[in-house]
Amino acid sequence: MVENGIGVSVLRKEDKRFLIGKGNYTDDINVAGQTHAYFLRSPHGHATIESIDISAAAASAGVVAVFTGDDLAADGIGTLICGVTVTSDDGEPHRAPAHPALAQGKVNYVGDHVAIVIAETLAQAKDGAEKIAVDYGVLPAVTETARAADDDQVQIHEVAPNNMCFNWPFGDKEGVEAAFASAHKVSRLELINNRMVTNPMEPRASLGEYNTGTEEITLHVTTQNPHVHRLVLSAFNQLAPEHKLRVVGPDVGGGFGAKIFVYAEELVVGWACRKVERPVKWTGDRTEAFLADAHGRDHVATAEMAMDEDGKFLAMRVMTQANLGAYLSTFSTMVPSYLYAFLLAGQYTTPLIYSEVKAVFTNTAPVDACRGAGRPEATYLLERLVDVAARDMDLDPAEIRRRNFIPKDAFPYQTPVVQCYDSGDYVAALDKAMVLADYEGFPARATEAIARGKRRGIGLSSYVEACGIAPSAAVGQLGAGVGLWESAQVRFNPTGNVQVFTGTHSHGQGHETTFAQLVTEQLGVPFENIEVVHGDTAKTQFGMGTYGSRSLAVGGVAIAKACEKLITKGKKIAAHALEAAEGDIEFADGNFTVAGTDKAMNIGEVAFNAYVPHSYPEGLEPGFDENAFFDPLNFSFPAGTHICEVEVDTDTGVVEIVKYSAVDDFGKLVNPMIVEGQVHGGIVHGVGQALLEGCRYDSEGQLITATYMDYAMPRADNVPSFDVDYAPTDPPDNPLGVKGCGEAGAIAAPPAVINAITNALGIKHIDMPATPENVWRAAQGAA
Amino acid sequence: MYDFLYHKVNSVDDAVAAMGNADDGKFVAGGQTMLPTMKHRLASPSDVIDLGGVSDLVGIANEGDALVIGAMTTHAAVAASAEVQSAIPALAKLAGNIGDPAVRNRGTLGGSIANNDPAADYPAAVIALGATVKTNKREITGDDFFTGMFETALEEDELITAVSFPIPMTAAYIKFENPASRYAIVGVFIAKTVDGNRVAITGATPCAYRGMKFEKVLNEDFSSNACDAVEVSVDRMNSDIHASAEYRAHLVKVMVKRAVDACG
Repeated sequence: MVENGIGVSVLRKEDKRFLIGKGNYTDDINVAGQTHAYFLRSPHGHATIESIDISAAAASAGVVAVFTGDDLAADGIGTLICGVTVTSDDGEPHRAPAHPALAQGKVNYVGDHVAIVIAETLAQAKDGAEKIAVDYGVLPAVTETARAADDDQVQIHEVAPNNMCFNWPFGDKEGVEAAFASAHKVSRLELINNRMVTNPMEPRASLGEYNTGTEEITLHVTTQNPHVHRLVLSAFNQLAPEHKLRVVGPDVGGGFGAKIFVYAEELVVGWACRKVERPVKWTGDRTEAFLADAHGRDHVATAEMAMDEDGKFLAMRVMTQANLGAYLSTFSTMVPSYLYAFLLAGQYTTPLIYSEVKAVFTNTAPVDACRGAGRPEATYLLERLVDVAARDMDLDPAEIRRRNFIPKDAFPYQTPVVQCYDSGDYVAALDKAMVLADYEGFPARATEAIARGKRRGIGLSSYVEACGIAPSAAVGQLGAGVGLWESAQVRFNPTGNVQVFTGTHSHGQGHETTFAQLVTEQLGVPFENIEVVHGDTAKTQFGMGTYGSRSLAVGGVAIAKACEKLITKGKKIAAHALEAAEGDIEFADGNFTVAGTDKAMNIGEVAFNAYVPHSYPEGLEPGFDENAFFDPLNFSFPAGTHICEVEVDTDTGVVEIVKYSAVDDFGKLVNPMIVEGQVHGGIVHGVGQALLEGCRYDSEGQLITATYMDYAMPRADNVPSFDVDYAPTDPPDNPLGVKGCGEAGAIAAPPAVINAITNALGIKHIDMPATPENVWRAAQGAA
Repeated sequence: MYDFLYHKVNSVDDAVAAMGNADDGKFVAGGQTMLPTMKHRLASPSDVIDLGGVSDLVGIANEGDALVIGAMTTHAAVAASAEVQSAIPALAKLAGNIGDPAVRNRGTLGGSIANNDPAADYPAAVIALGATVKTNKREITGDDFFTGMFETALEEDELITAVSFPIPMTAAYIKFENPASRYAIVGVFIAKTVDGNRVAITGATPCAYRGMKFEKVLNEDFSSNACDAVEVSVDRMNSDIHASAEYRAHLVKVMVKRAVDACG
């Protein structure tokens, strides 16, 4: 094994700077002449703007400028876009209402952007904002997902009758109906997938600088994908041409999806810095993060499973209403459609699946991808339905899963919902998880708990997730406006150290370590001589960024391809320097050798030779620096079984997770420590959704969970120490043999937790979040 | 935060004098409620009088039959005090579970009870232990001090100097925490004293109160089963997204029973 290579739990390179306070986040960056921006936001869920008077604000002490939507429109700045088209059942594209960065005549959610005040200090900007007089005509608000399309609801956007964005049917409706008609048994479940606030630790921020000499805008912004920001802001918002716009995502304190999107604030800041010819900084506070970051999930659904007498799944039917919020965020339409319905087969051989997704507008913050994005919703629905089916068939939940798993010799496996899984061994993961969880010993533990007045339950979740979304041709057919490849550049400096430029973006994932491990493994360069560079459009050639657990499975392969090119070129250089034929040069462990001889050159020497080409033959290009683009053949399909064990205090409804076991298939692990950290974090995210987190608006559209006093985040004492293991398979569609791991925990955990609670109480279902009061009420009903 | 005049004082007299000269002054103790409120521009006092320099208000003294704790003593100091831990361990435990370490190292006993948040912990201890609140003007019994939601018997220029907690035979505090804020959805403090049992309940209603019905049955039979006979009225209970009135009323009884058991 290479020192610090693939498979080694190397400590994270990036942690030193974070631990000693030397991280460089957007708000840490201050530049000469900087001004501070504050956004005046709508206090109403739904209102017309009859008039705005900015005169007193503009005259307020320290105020540099005040702008409204009219100013943006006058400069031809485009509205915010949604990059994925979903075709509705009438054959038309989804309804896409205009999404102005600053309101024009109407506000559609609390937190919607009305005006920007730019001042010498933040306090002066806030003082100025208080002096803006807005005359609102308050309208009734639409806030309930399930009722948004009802006839009695007020219309939010003219272009979207009944507040419908799209109605997207998918699958074999007639075939499913026929299977249901002749089924031995049909299990049915109605459920809610609770709305979440994504809550990265660092709030969003942006700093715009305009150079009047070069006419270039530099935008530092909390982003997971700087090039996507640059592309969208240039091509659709006319902020500046791409070659005159530099987007930098410096250290970013967590994203979880919320920092993928191009938001109003960053567009307005980027535009305003040129307008006032001074740097403009905006740093959101926590309340703004609650109000105006894209939220996640928010489905109501009905799921049905038809079975034969053995509990084999014959067909599944799913009707879903998904809340997209007030406007379409950057990738919002994709989340409850392709990222959801294409996962409904899960680990099972269910031959027929029909799904209908109605996506609706409401007077709430836009909803878009949040860790897992569509896949947690699909997995929760399916894994809950499977437990209900087991209950209806009087089968053990493990047994009904086993009877319906796709067998390991059936891969590649074409599901009825587009996806073709390349590898998996679901029985192996289930078996291993059941041992890890001591499933056999559960009845004795449950009996012992009863003696202590507690109810104990155990719950399984056997999930598949589809990440590393690809290939570009497939996403293009589905209506995505972008490709989903990744790029890398691996550059040797003359003295033999290496800079790796990746188009992915690390905001907590540890790429600087993992990617360096890939390169040290492949090129034999010492780990400490490798630096991973990301997050700056002026440094990295291009990239699609980090989301959907794609960075290693897609971005890592691009790095490996660039390394292969270096080896190919290195052989030419070594052949020349060692006076051998290129075909006789072999490369291993960082050395080019002439086969069958002791003549050798280290790759560092080759690099120096490449930059000091004093005796190069004609046709050999100097330099040792290669780039590569990689477009995968397929998605990546991590899978596994998680088992949660809970104890319920029926007097209070408090649920304690007493044991949590996870067995995942992530293919080959590059850094097991980092992977385990991702698993832990994902599970905690999922436990948060299952037990604690519930974003709620009142009937007027006020967000009533807008602070941590009311929005419950998971904490260390909400979870036990996890038992984590792996049951890897080798994915043939991934050249590195790796799968994504960042979202799996958040996808697997919610049904595992809820299945454990329903098991403990002997009930069919309880909605998330299973708060103490909800569990107490369920326990009363069950008693 | 809006502009205000800041006063750093060294004595209770100077603090009261500064308050007398202010248009709309506020004393700040640990500032754990007041400063966030000001930062959110929800409060705009003309003058802020910082009590942090008044050393007379800090300290813990065991006077034999009572613990006297200065108003500016932090929760962390109370939690860590060997005097408190040995005389009234339930009080040390209560203080050690308020907020988080940052809150406990800034927040004070006096600040907490003067604010009288309906979900705060200390009011339950003050009432159940039959404590006396000492001010620059007078002494107020715990039963008379808390008058309503965020309201107390304190006058505008009146400053808490200390709280005297009689030492009980035994006591316990059981708190059912709000999963988000970790404030008390229901907190129950029970003190067994030579004069009988005292029960105080915080979090459940707009203001902490004495559980007289529980005291009555517990004086006859100090057991959790005895509490089953008590009906907790839903009428006065708070109701919010975390706990309905019905659930709170239920929790009051459950927490009282657990506090009885914890008293041993």
